[in-house]
Amino acid sequence: MICSSKFVFSNDFLHYYFHGDHPFNQKRLLLTRELLEAAHMLKPEAILLPRKATDDELALFHDRSYIEAVKQASVGRLSTEEGLAFGLGTEDTPIFEGMHEASAYLVGGTLEAVDKVLTGQSTHALNLGGGLHHGFKRKASGFCIYNDSAVAIRYIRKKYNLRVLYVDTDAHHGDGVQWAFYDDPDVCTFSIHETGRYLFPGTGNVNERGIKNGHGFSFNLPIDAFTEDASFLEVYQTALIEIASFFKPDVIITQNGADAHCYDPLTHLCGTMSLFEQIPLLAHEIAHQYCKGRWIALGGGGYDIWRVVPRAWAQLWNVMSNGEIVYGALPDQWLSKWQDESPVTLPKNWQDDPTTVPIIPRKQEITEKNKNTLIQLLKYTKTIES
Amino acid sequence: MLVEEIMKTNVIALPPTATIERALHLLHEHHIRHIPIVNEQNQVIGIVSDRDVRDASPSILNTGTSSRELEHEIQTIMSQPVITIHPLDFVEEIAKVFYEEEIACLPVIRQNQLVGIVTEKDMLYTMIQLTGTHVQSSHIEVKVPHRPGILPEVTSIFSKRKTNIISVLVYPFKDDPDYKILVFRIQTMNPLPVIEDLREAGYELLWPNNLEGPKQ
Repeated sequence: MICSSKFVFSNDFLHYYFHGDHPFNQKRLLLTRELLEAAHMLKPEAILLPRKATDDELALFHDRSYIEAVKQASVGRLSTEEGLAFGLGTEDTPIFEGMHEASAYLVGGTLEAVDKVLTGQSTHALNLGGGLHHGFKRKASGFCIYNDSAVAIRYIRKKYNLRVLYVDTDAHHGDGVQWAFYDDPDVCTFSIHETGRYLFPGTGNVNERGIKNGHGFSFNLPIDAFTEDASFLEVYQTALIEIASFFKPDVIITQNGADAHCYDPLTHLCGTMSLFEQIPLLAHEIAHQYCKGRWIALGGGGYDIWRVVPRAWAQLWNVMSNGEIVYGALPDQWLSKWQDESPVTLPKNWQDDPTTVPIIPRKQEITEKNKNTLIQLLKYTKTIES
Repeated sequence: MLVEEIMKTNVIALPPTATIERALHLLHEHHIRHIPIVNEQNQVIGIVSDRDVRDASPSILNTGTSSRELEHEIQTIMSQPVITIHPLDFVEEIAKVFYEEEIACLPVIRQNQLVGIVTEKDMLYTMIQLTGTHVQSSHIEVKVPHRPGILPEVTSIFSKRKTNIISVLVYPFKDDPDYKILVFRIQTMNPLPVIEDLREAGYELLWPNNLEGPKQ
């Protein structure tokens, strides 16, 4: 199915840059864009420029005092102590010049995407600069300054009054977004992630289900370290189909962190490119089944910026713009341009070789455990078969 | 940590003359499992559990009979004497009381007055707080020789990386008295630099242990 889709991009996104040794590197956006262009999958008319989110828009979710602190930090006028109280100036979210503007552009990109889709000018829209799901109301954390998803969902609730399904497939728990809507029955959040036993942020247990009126509208599927494609997809697809049929959203927002791959240095999941093909294919189906196609997709984590993220995010766009993934060899032009700069050998094909994944001895136990978690997750939504 | 920091102070109690039916009602209404019984001076003279009350209630199979049992006074079924604790007791100590006495609730008494209550559930909640698993963090386990000065040596590696420590647990390494396991929860999404530094300094990591650096 060919849908009208927009790809949010501007070089302003590349200014969200902590320092050379930091794992969060928005060069991924450039690599993805160039990969798509080399593959003739991204036409110039599909590009949508972001705007800078206004303070009032940021304040839909963030505390004004926090926004002010980010602005001060942005021009080097925030003291170390004040900064630490807001999570600014830590190893995870160091202060850098222009951080307010850079972050506000990422949020504005997501808001532009929302507006294009919800005014009917485009069926789907993708902002790979967004998906910064660890940002809190008054605290930066986990590489995230402003939480574009939380701001955008508030924006949708206020401006369009639609019910939102937020789906987070980053290997880390989507905590910032979950807590933002923990008591809200009109926003359903679903996060699949590596269990927090070892991995940041540690939360995202299956029993975190929401509070007050929002009880039953937060879903968490923590999967074991070293989970591979088959088990991941089995539990993920079953869960999402069930949750979507339970909630019947008006619009779907997906956070597409690409850090569940076995090459990713920060997590312990063992996926391959197949995950990043099946995830958008299902999101696309759900968007058309329940939301008249209204789907806003965002980026997120992804720390192997050479071998994993460009291919994963390019396939996401391929599904959004063409309804299908691409097979075969990567364009030579892209490989030859970037191989010299890449510290690792770039993959030759869109798909991964089966030997990419190491042999995991506990595979059977992991699969069984994930299935048990799935059963717990769907305890209250599963329709009872007569 | 002291009992007064974790106890609940709004205690639901009953006089000895209250009916069993009243107790049953309170247990349901407040989702609790224990009710201390106090006299007019607010002194604890007994305690009832949900099981005591259930045992004293008419069987649901016996639908024909009247429920006169429920009209009996609560003092006829309460347990006594009651094991109690003091607000200045240590939480670690009362964990032992729970374990040894096989009970699930302890009234807190100061100057012979009921001032609070601690349940097994409060105790577990406190344990969760102590492990630090409820806040944003990454988890690292290090096996170290059991000798003086080892903790500051390891933690200096975290401080060099400006990494905040959320919690530290020290526990035995299997049955080997020469080693300990240090479990750190640290406030970072990127534990890799710390992990590398720990390896470089020669420490053995139990988690992550599969990886020689990034996992490949």
